[in-house]
Amino acid sequence: MTTVANGVNVQALLDAREVLKGAPEAAQFTWRASATWQSGVHSTIKVQSFFGLGQEQSHKQEWVFEADHPEVFAAEDEGITPIEYLLVGLASCLTGGIASVAENRGIQLHSVESTVEGGHDIRGILGADSDVRNGFNDIKVTFNIDADASRQEIEALVAQSQKRSAVFDALTNPTNVTVEVA
Amino acid sequence: MGLAASHFLSDRSIDHVVFERGEVANSWRRERWDSLRLLTPNWQSRLPGLRYEGPDPDGYMTVGEVTEFIERFAAVSRAPVRTGVNVTSVRRTGDGYHVTTSHGEIHSRAVVIASGACNQPTVPPFKDAVPGSVRQLTPFGYRDPAQLPDGGVLVVGASATGVQLAAELKRSGRPVTLSVGEHVRLPRTYRGRDVLWWMDASGVWDQRYDEVEDLTRARRLPSPQLIGTPERTTLDLNALASMGVELVGRWSAVRDGRALLSGGLRNVLSLADLKMERLLDTFDEWAKTDKYADKYAGRYAGRYAGRYADGYEAEAGPPERFAPTRVPESTRLHLDLRSGEIAAIVWATGFRPDYGWLDVPVVDAKGQLQHEGGVAGSPGLYALGLPVLRRRRSTFMCGTEDDARAVIDHLARYLAVRR
Repeated sequence: MTTVANGVNVQALLDAREVLKGAPEAAQFTWRASATWQSGVHSTIKVQSFFGLGQEQSHKQEWVFEADHPEVFAAEDEGITPIEYLLVGLASCLTGGIASVAENRGIQLHSVESTVEGGHDIRGILGADSDVRNGFNDIKVTFNIDADASRQEIEALVAQSQKRSAVFDALTNPTNVTVEVA
Repeated sequence: MGLAASHFLSDRSIDHVVFERGEVANSWRRERWDSLRLLTPNWQSRLPGLRYEGPDPDGYMTVGEVTEFIERFAAVSRAPVRTGVNVTSVRRTGDGYHVTTSHGEIHSRAVVIASGACNQPTVPPFKDAVPGSVRQLTPFGYRDPAQLPDGGVLVVGASATGVQLAAELKRSGRPVTLSVGEHVRLPRTYRGRDVLWWMDASGVWDQRYDEVEDLTRARRLPSPQLIGTPERTTLDLNALASMGVELVGRWSAVRDGRALLSGGLRNVLSLADLKMERLLDTFDEWAKTDKYADKYAGRYAGRYAGRYADGYEAEAGPPERFAPTRVPESTRLHLDLRSGEIAAIVWATGFRPDYGWLDVPVVDAKGQLQHEGGVAGSPGLYALGLPVLRRRRSTFMCGTEDDARAVIDHLARYLAVRR
């Protein structure tokens, strides 16, 4: 394989894949976030601990996110809108996937830029029309990639990245969601 | 496959018996739909010592013709077949295997498992959540459209089986929805020749199991979107969409009587288009090499003319590229299975082998036999007729001979050492 420097430790990922093939229980992860209401529609979300490889794990530090709504929603705009976090998740997941696949295929990346647009009819969340869904109607991601590769190879990177993306799957397929009061 | 193994065992005068649970070519007689034809053209239909000699080398055998062909092979090779015998258990003993059948028990020094990879249809567990008013069929139970109730049909899976049944059901006048996951798109003909001529001649099919980059994936690959028709038509998703078949994403769950479908259809279409393009690039590159020029174009071509009708006489046409799969403007993300819109579901979601009778620990957690090119991890135990067993062509009829020869070679060496 050509040596490329996209900064992804693909060998570690490939090794993990081999190990976890024979140890499905170690592959069970639980990701967590905890949220605290501030005021209005503003909340603060903290992420640090998670579970995986059979034990409690932790990010190097606690990450803090603010979520609110913009002023056109008559809110204070102390942070991004919750549904925008889905776009953040999708863009970062696909971008990381592209880097990993490129590394694995020996493709040197120079830049990977993307824009993500989610079409949203807010009559759903406002209860203005019961036929309109609450979530996105559609999401469009556009990548601009500069790499030592043909257009076809770049398209294949983007396709493979979607194929292995956690967030792409979570957005395109249903997930069982339980919400309860402790 | 069992008959081919028998052919090479007879060649080496190794005493053996072939057990067949039904009649010769049983799965072709009982587990295939009426309109099915082989995916491979007739000139590729060959078994050890037997090749197609009929008038239509570029055609595709019907189920009846395949059955006759295999029967002829059984007769010519004088295989010691015991039909109507069901093997119920194979157990390892000190110096071989104890085989229990519906007609008694035998001891054998070696066993070749040639029961194939398609013993049972695979159907996702959420089939149980489908409302009882919807008729459900698998390819084992499906014979022809007349069997189905009037009304819409949801065909699940876009392999050769799925696209063929979707087309047939649509032609019967029913509204058809096709749920599409990952699939393999191929044109029926490329540059004027059968696409499987290219697979064969270019060496793609000769790639060995230990040369394939991701063997697990290669062995799980769905069958390509091909159909054998006299017109040699391409049956990809564009063809189906033009017929009026509605494409939807992979079916992922049932909730409240509704089928929930993936919003990721666009990407599986891209993946298949990109893979097809790469394959066609491989063919084009190969067609520029001396090997191609020597063998198939110009110089020696005359010598082969008429012998194998497809292709050998004339140079292939110029490279072609096919239109990308048209992505529907918007796809439905759920189907109400209680509304009456869908009267029947045809599960074309693949097949799996059945090793329930094999009491030897060589089957992995996913139910697949573990083997190295047909040599299983138990001395004297072998397999034939599994996907990419030794080469990419392994599950096609033209892959039978080389695989059977290699596996029986190994078996003969094993017996010789142990004697």
